Amino acid sequence: MIQQHKDMSKASTGFWIYLMTDCVLFASLFATYAVLKNGVWDGPSGAEIFNLPYVWVMTILLLSSSFTCGLALLAAKNKNRLRTLWLLVLTGTFGFSFLGMEFFEFFTLINEGNGWQRSGFLSAFFVLVGMHGLHITAGLIWLVYLMCRIGMRGFTDQSMRRLSLFGYFWHFLDIIWIFIFTIVYLMGVGNI
Amino acid sequence: MFGRLSFDSIATDPIVWAAVGLTASVFVLATGWLIYKYGFLWFFRGLIYMWKNWLTSLDHKKIGVMYLVIAAFMLFRGGVDAAMLRFQQIVAGSGGEFISSDQFQQVFSAHGTIMIFFVAMGFMFGIINLILPLQLGKRDVAFPFLNSVSFWLFAAGAVLVNVSLVLGEFSAAGWLAYPPLSGIEYSPGVGVDYWIWGLQIAGLGSLLSGVNFMTTIIKTRAEGMKFMKMPIFVHSVFAAMMLVAFAFPILTATLLLSSLDRTIGTNFFTSDMGGNPMMYVNLIWAWGHPEVYILMLPAFGIFSEIVATFSKKRLFGYTSMVVALVAITVLSFTVWLHHFFTMGAGANVNAFFGIMTAIIAIPTGVKVFNWLFTMYRGCVKFTTPMLWFIGFVLTFTIGGVAGVILSIPAINFQVHNTLFVVAHFHNMIIGGVLFGYFAGFTYWFPKIFGFKLNERLGRYAFWSWITGFLLAFMPLYILGLMGAARRIDTYDPSMGWQWLFIVAGIGVVFIFIGIALQVIQLIYSIVKRKENLAGNDPWGGRTLEWQTSSPAPVYNFAIEPVVRERDDFWESKRGGVISDKSELIYEDITLPKNTSIGIFIAACAFIFGFAIIWHIWWLAGLMIPVFIACLIIRANDEHTELVIPASEVKKNEVEKQRTHA
Repeated sequence: MIQQHKDMSKASTGFWIYLMTDCVLFASLFATYAVLKNGVWDGPSGAEIFNLPYVWVMTILLLSSSFTCGLALLAAKNKNRLRTLWLLVLTGTFGFSFLGMEFFEFFTLINEGNGWQRSGFLSAFFVLVGMHGLHITAGLIWLVYLMCRIGMRGFTDQSMRRLSLFGYFWHFLDIIWIFIFTIVYLMGVGNI
Repeated sequence: MFGRLSFDSIATDPIVWAAVGLTASVFVLATGWLIYKYGFLWFFRGLIYMWKNWLTSLDHKKIGVMYLVIAAFMLFRGGVDAAMLRFQQIVAGSGGEFISSDQFQQVFSAHGTIMIFFVAMGFMFGIINLILPLQLGKRDVAFPFLNSVSFWLFAAGAVLVNVSLVLGEFSAAGWLAYPPLSGIEYSPGVGVDYWIWGLQIAGLGSLLSGVNFMTTIIKTRAEGMKFMKMPIFVHSVFAAMMLVAFAFPILTATLLLSSLDRTIGTNFFTSDMGGNPMMYVNLIWAWGHPEVYILMLPAFGIFSEIVATFSKKRLFGYTSMVVALVAITVLSFTVWLHHFFTMGAGANVNAFFGIMTAIIAIPTGVKVFNWLFTMYRGCVKFTTPMLWFIGFVLTFTIGGVAGVILSIPAINFQVHNTLFVVAHFHNMIIGGVLFGYFAGFTYWFPKIFGFKLNERLGRYAFWSWITGFLLAFMPLYILGLMGAARRIDTYDPSMGWQWLFIVAGIGVVFIFIGIALQVIQLIYSIVKRKENLAGNDPWGGRTLEWQTSSPAPVYNFAIEPVVRERDDFWESKRGGVISDKSELIYEDITLPKNTSIGIFIAACAFIFGFAIIWHIWWLAGLMIPVFIACLIIRANDEHTELVIPASEVKKNEVEKQRTHA
């Protein structure tokens, strides 16, 4: 019991530190975006290409997935396997829909000739938002793995530990998205 | 199918082939000799033994040794590069040419990259791995598997940089590859891509190490070891790892953006299309300046341990030492702009960064005085580590004063991009960092291998190094003030610079003699190891690592120590309690099992990087599922630990006590 507690506390400390390093990674990309925001060259500015209602739906999807993820953790704590799995499926569905919408947004932009090659601003936009999307993708792969694991073997100490680390990760990505939504989309549309 | 890679990519340069041929023939000869002497079966078994006991090991001590091996090889490679540069500069004084301008640029880029990323970082992580868990009184780092992954990523990066010798070319854009020169327009070849991916992969390894060691220090300390009771080396590692965790992600991001600029046509650092090349310079130095402190701080920690041990005194000003470390950690993030005062950020910005830079000299000065006061009225023994320390204080102070001079923007404008700057940072990195790791290596060698290095040869090596170092770099200060730009491969003979370059070249020869003496010292000490056997505590040490036997057993401590005060081992020795090991109560010890997944993950990273360098997209794509598969295999492995039963531990410990008595 003591050993398990120690493992968990080590893992969560390590994972927290990892998340902080990830935070610095995103901070660098945010700084890059801030510098290049006005580097639109002859391309469009943010106000011209962002579709705020669309992104608002994306935001709601991601926030909901975070909410269901939290519920799944609670269910796991109560050792309710069926409910945990069901909530994790919901989390994954929300996350996957978010990713699909982001993909479609990128696809539309590129099709309209506003790809990342067009200007410094668009490069910064695609890489910052895309990096978040890449993290979401990694998170979804992790989630699928966790669901298989819990589905087949039930709640072991190890899978409980991993589930709560996944929770940290997922909520962290949520917070990053809030910043993206504010700094990239809201401030972009408002020309701030 | 193979992107840009074709038979034409194989290097045709005679110098490269001479070097590769020499290395390969030495390797083949050595292997051949071993097979001839001991037979093929023995050799084959040896390979299996290496794989099972070393390459796949999760033991922090073995991983540390492997780091040191790579760092030593890379030191040789980087040293040869340096010699080539210096020789070209000597020859240029009489209008000759030893290597072409393009080669010269590749060589200095490789020299800088290798020395910082693979020599200094390698020595640093090597020594931290060897000693940190021992000083904490624990059996391993927090995440042993992650440690193995970090090491192998580091190794993969090192191999990738060296592959560029034979396949393609290396970057010719300097060790930090400023755009637009490093952009696709001006560097269309694969050189800069090698640089990017070599560093990206090794850098990810360093980042993971940083996370690992931070967690180790926060979570796995001996019982009773409060933060202010930790050895000062542990404090210095903690500070350095904090910097790793905050600085390396910036490098990851910067390299990523740079590679995207080169491969998919983004416009981050281009001069037009809304890009901003100066942003690259800011980003890379926001990582790069903390990086030099990442290298430096553990060396400070090593010297603190050594000075206290060999002066037989408690370290003077422990608290101020810790405060100084923290101050340097914070300040190091506020000075990056001093690398490009000439950017044109304006007088106020330059003044701010100039003042912050000068302020860093204060905590550093505190440290120097603390060491000197530790020696004051101590019972100082001038062993080899202590000699390295004294050499360090001398050269580091000269370099530090040069640094304070450079921190004044007005002066900096005059010597910007000259050899004065080169002299300054070599003063810090060789005289500070490298001497520190040499000292640490000599000091902790007996703990890892069970015997001491030969003192006499160590002294010779030190004197060659310090002579060579002063000869090689003091002339560069003068040359810099005379106006010699850094990275020049030719100059007008009428400048009268040649004799100074010749003096510097003689210095290089002395440094190589020093390296040769170190190699001889190592071989000689291994051959004569029976005469130099070290007991548990060969130097009269103060910290926990000297409590366990030498070489440290795989489980480090049969019984995990409990700490009551600072320098606990020293205090307990004064108490004079020597227990009979057969009467102690032992428990089962759980250790991580060896695994090869770390190697496979690093191999994925290597192939991924290689494929992107050469635009072999399918191969890069293939590596992603392979990588995920590796992770899943590891995650599904439920037998990652093995247990050493208490009876075996007891047998082992009692036996050791008998042989030492």
